[in-house]
Amino acid sequence: MKKSTLIISLVSALLLLIVPNFLKNYGIYLLTTWLVFIIATMGLNLTVGYAGQKSLGQAAFFGIGAYTVAILMKAGISFWIGLPAAALMCFVLGVILGFPALRVQTIYLAFATLGFNTAVWLVMRNEEWLTGGTFGINNIARPGLFGYSLEGNLPYYYFVLGVTVILALLLAALLRSPWGKAFTALRDNPIRAESLGVDIRTYTLLSFAIGAVYAGIAGALFASLVQFIEPAPFTVAASIMMYLMVVVGGPGYFLGPVIGSAVGVLLPEWLRFAQAWYLFIFGAAVVLLMIWLPDGLLSIPERLRARRLAKEASAARQASGLAAQQAQTAKPREVQPGEAA
Amino acid sequence: MTDFLQLFFSGLSTGAIYALAALGFTLLWQASGTINFAQGEFVMLPAFMMLAFMNMGAPILVSFALSVVLAVIVLGWLFKRGLVDPLFKYGMMPIVVATIGLSIAMRNGVRAGFSAEAHPFPSLFPDKLFNIAGVTITMADLGTFAFALVLVLITQAFIAKTVTGRAMQAVAQNTESASVLGINVPRMIFYTFAINAVLAVAAAMLVTPTYLAKFDMGESLGTKAFFAAIIGGFNNSRGALLGGLIVGVCENLAAAYISPAYKDAVALVIFMVVILFKPQGLLGKKVERKV
Repeated sequence: MKKSTLIISLVSALLLLIVPNFLKNYGIYLLTTWLVFIIATMGLNLTVGYAGQKSLGQAAFFGIGAYTVAILMKAGISFWIGLPAAALMCFVLGVILGFPALRVQTIYLAFATLGFNTAVWLVMRNEEWLTGGTFGINNIARPGLFGYSLEGNLPYYYFVLGVTVILALLLAALLRSPWGKAFTALRDNPIRAESLGVDIRTYTLLSFAIGAVYAGIAGALFASLVQFIEPAPFTVAASIMMYLMVVVGGPGYFLGPVIGSAVGVLLPEWLRFAQAWYLFIFGAAVVLLMIWLPDGLLSIPERLRARRLAKEASAARQASGLAAQQAQTAKPREVQPGEAA
Repeated sequence: MTDFLQLFFSGLSTGAIYALAALGFTLLWQASGTINFAQGEFVMLPAFMMLAFMNMGAPILVSFALSVVLAVIVLGWLFKRGLVDPLFKYGMMPIVVATIGLSIAMRNGVRAGFSAEAHPFPSLFPDKLFNIAGVTITMADLGTFAFALVLVLITQAFIAKTVTGRAMQAVAQNTESASVLGINVPRMIFYTFAINAVLAVAAAMLVTPTYLAKFDMGESLGTKAFFAAIIGGFNNSRGALLGGLIVGVCENLAAAYISPAYKDAVALVIFMVVILFKPQGLLGKKVERKV
C-alpha cells in the first residue's frame, strides 16, 4: 500500500469513528443511511462495474432483504436469524434473476431487471396479508449484540459501520481471487472469456447472486434503521438511483460506491438550501458530472495522471527535438563508426 | 362481448399514445444507440409548453406549432449537442445515467418552476359519442387513435421512402459506410432527434387531455413506452406501433378482467414472455455478437 493511501484511509477511518459523536440524531441517521447504501451499491458495483451486467433491479433485493427481516422479526424470530435468511433469500432470487442475463444483454437486460423490480414492488404493495401493503410494517426492533443493545442511534451507526467494513473486506478478497478476475474477464469480453475457459453461465449468475446478497444485507440493516418499512423506498426509481450512484462514483472502482452513495444520499441533503429547486439542481449536477467525467468521480486521479504523462511526453518530445536541432546546427553530423560501411 | 369490444377499442387509443412515445425510443436507438431515460419527460415538457402558450392566449393549434419549434430546439438540438454528442463515445452507461439525471432535473424543475398540481388540458376533439353495434366510442378515443396511427405511418413512410429517410437508415446501420458514401452523418442524426421531439409534442397533445398535465406524468408513460418498444422490437419502428397497441389493449383488458391493482404489471408480463422467446422483440432483427 502506498504511503498516501495509508494516510488517507487512516484519516477517513478516524473521521468515521469520531465525527458522529458530534452530530445530532438526524446527522447520525444520514450517515448510517449512507453506509447502508454503500453496502447495497457495493453489490451493484460487482454486478455492473466488475461483471458488466446491466442491472436495474437492485432496489428489489434491498426491499426483499428489508421485508424478510421485518416479517421474520414480527413472527418473533431474532434479527440474527433474519439477516442470514434475508441474504440467502436474495442469493436464490439473484440466481433466478441472472437467468434472463444468459439470454439477453445490455439494454434488454436492464429492462428485464427493471421489470423484476416492478413485479417485486407490486407484490409488496398489493399482498397485504404478507407485507402490510401500503401501510407497511412498523415497530421493527433493533437487534442486540453480545448483550449490548443497539437501540440507540450511535451504537447502531457503529454496528452498521462494522458490517460495512467486513463486507468491504470480503468483497476486496473476492475481487483479488480468481473469481474476481473471471468477473472482469466477463465484462471486458464475454466471448474471449469463454474461449479462455471461464464458465460464463456460472459467473453471470454468481455476479447477480452476490450483488443481490449485498443488497439484501443492506435492506435488513435499513429495516432496523428506519424501524418502519413500506413499498416506497424499493421502487424502480430507487434502483435507478442506485445505478446512478455506481456510475457517478465510478463503476469498476472499488471505492466508487462510497463516493457514489455520498452523491446520492448526502448531496441532496446539502442542496436542501435551494428548497423546491434542490432536486432540479441535483439532476442537473448529475448531467454535468457525467459530461465532465463519464467514467465517474474516481476517474479523476487517472485523468490527472494521464494529463501529466501527456505533458511530460510532449515536453520530452520537444526537448529531444530541440536537442537534435541544436546538434544539427552546431556541427555537421559526424559519421558514426560502422555507418559508412 | 360488447364489454370486450368496448375495452378493446379504448385500449387501442391508449396503445396508440404508447406507440408514439415508443417510436421515439426506437428512432434514437437506431440512429445513435442512445437510450433516453427522459423520454417520458420529453412528453411532459411539451405539455407544459403548450399550456404556457395557451395561458398567453394562443389557440391550441398555434401553441402546438410553437411548442414543436421550441421542442425541436430544446429537446432535439440542445439535447443532442449538449448531452449525447459528448457522451456518445463512452458507451451506454454514462448516457443512461445522464438521461436519468436529466429526467430528475426536468421533472423537479417543472414542479418547482411551474406547479406541482395537475392542470386540465383542452382536448383537440369535440365531446361526441359514437355508438356502433352497442359499443360506445368517444370522439377523443377515435381521434387519438387515428391521429397517432397517421403520425406513426407518416414517420415510417418518411424513413422508408424518402432519400433523407434512407440516408438516416444508412447511418443507423453503418455509420462509417454512410459517411464514405457522402451522407452528412451528424445532420441525419439531428433529423432523428428532431423527429423524436416532434413526436413527443404530438404525444403530449394527445395524452394530456385524459391524464392532465402534471410534473410526474412522464414517469409511467416512459416505462410503458419502453416496454412497448422492446415488446415490438427495439430496432424496428413498426415494432413500436405493434408493441404500443399490444400493451394498451392488454392493460385495459387486464384491469377489467383480472385486477386493477396489477394493471401496471401487464406490460411487464408480456415483456417477460416476449423476451424469453424472442429476445429481439416480436418484429426485431437479430443482432450478431461481436468478438
